[in-house]
Amino acid sequence: MASIVEVEGLQKTYDGGFEALRGVSLGIEEGEILALLGPNGAGKTTLISALCGITTPTGGTARVGGHDIVNDYRKARAMIGLVPQEVALEPFEKVINTVRFSRGLFGKPRDDALIERLLRQLSLWDKRDSRTRELSGGMKRRVLIAKALVHEPKVLFLDEPTAGVDVELRRDMWQVVEGLKAQGVTIILTTHYIEEAEAIADRVAVINRGEILLVEDKTDLMRRMGRKTLRIDLSAPISAVPEGLARYDLELSPEGDALSYHYDTRGQDGTGITRLLQALAAEGLTLRDVHTTQSSLEEIFVGLVKEDVA
Amino acid sequence: MNLRAIRAIYVYEMKRFMRTLMESLLSPVISTTLYFVVFGSAIGSRIDQIEGVSYGAFIVPGLIMLTVMTQAISNASFGIYFPKFIGTIYELLSAPVNFLEIVLGYVGAAATKSLLIGLVILITSRFFVDIDVQHPAAMLGFLVLTCLSFSLFGFIIGIWAENFQQLQIIPLLVITPLVFLGGSFYSISMLPEGWQTVSYFNPVVYLISGFRWSFFGQADVSVGLSLLAIAAFTGICLLIVWLIFKTGYRIKS
Repeated sequence: MASIVEVEGLQKTYDGGFEALRGVSLGIEEGEILALLGPNGAGKTTLISALCGITTPTGGTARVGGHDIVNDYRKARAMIGLVPQEVALEPFEKVINTVRFSRGLFGKPRDDALIERLLRQLSLWDKRDSRTRELSGGMKRRVLIAKALVHEPKVLFLDEPTAGVDVELRRDMWQVVEGLKAQGVTIILTTHYIEEAEAIADRVAVINRGEILLVEDKTDLMRRMGRKTLRIDLSAPISAVPEGLARYDLELSPEGDALSYHYDTRGQDGTGITRLLQALAAEGLTLRDVHTTQSSLEEIFVGLVKEDVA
Repeated sequence: MNLRAIRAIYVYEMKRFMRTLMESLLSPVISTTLYFVVFGSAIGSRIDQIEGVSYGAFIVPGLIMLTVMTQAISNASFGIYFPKFIGTIYELLSAPVNFLEIVLGYVGAAATKSLLIGLVILITSRFFVDIDVQHPAAMLGFLVLTCLSFSLFGFIIGIWAENFQQLQIIPLLVITPLVFLGGSFYSISMLPEGWQTVSYFNPVVYLISGFRWSFFGQADVSVGLSLLAIAAFTGICLLIVWLIFKTGYRIKS
């Protein structure tokens, strides 16, 4: 699939010498949802700002739909919609006017039918004549999304779309994002809620200290990096792991009624589960329950970032 | 040229003005009326004619200029400072527009507002004094140029200002004294010779003089010089605005 956003060696060094981006390269495919994951100050917002024209990169290149973001900024920016992290709206303006303004700013002719459709889709139509300061936080964010989408961009950047938003609204927002993806909009969202990336992203890019640590399909990533844990609940508690099971590196729960076994689905010689279960039977242990858990994206992420710091 | 973007900015800014139309027009009208009451009637009745014009009529061009300049600066500086302050500037920066389009939108709107206010004051003044405008086209020309150049100047201040105090300080510390000392309420020729020379370094003298000429056909300095001065001022402002956008000064990191 063709990359709709191509970033090559993008750098941003601020006047003070702080390197916010250290040669970021990244390809974003048309129609996907890419989650840009990273701790605070990792460079997520700087990357988006550079691509959207809010900060000037100090090195490298980037193209959106084949248009260079600096030399051919008009064509590049016309393809981009940006929802900023901070809610910034003129407080005294009506919702519909501020959305209409955004369309004009991007050089598109007035289209009231499109605006109505968009506002309805975002459940804002009833609020169209409200002043933006009268809206709740979640509604304001929707207005920002409407402003970003009203010029019909191909690529949408969502910078922390659910920061400080309650759980219900967050799920709501995810639905909006899914709906946009269905319409063929490519979405790049930054987040530090791993849960968010896990729930809606197709691919995950992890960024830390201005560098991309990895870009990978979310399921592949979780499969590849996912350590699984088999938890075995015992019918009767034991005081120590029997010697015959020492080679399995088991963890005994403090109550002595459960054993945890860590394994890797990528392992060369299988997971070792069959052998373990046989060994358990040989030791005369009876099992009450067995279940497995997979490490979440969050654990993977924390592991990656720690590795990077080390 | 993204004409639709210019139009969008212009219309948006004008809407903001219309929302507060009464406030926007009322305060200049009231302050002008006060000037007429104090200078025109109370003090003016004891002042002889200046260069054959009654004092009440003589101060009309200066009063219009005073209000137009301050309004142009405050409108334009606020217009661009506000998006910076509340953060909506991101939208301008990420839109497919260049600096000229942004300037045309904001400065055009600020200039229109101050032009409207100027015309309202002119109409108001006719309730107090009899004035004929000898060169209406030139009068309008000077007025439009002043609105444009001071709106440009205000735009620069709005970009430069980092807080509301800074937004106020230039109009207060620079413009008001220059306008008051620029012959709004007197003719430069009434000053002692030394002060006359000093006055010629005040750019506002040229604007007021040219504007007054369009009313009464007489001026402190030649009309050509007045035009040159306003053209130079506009040119300098344009250059600064261009540099601001080229370097991203205080709007883009």
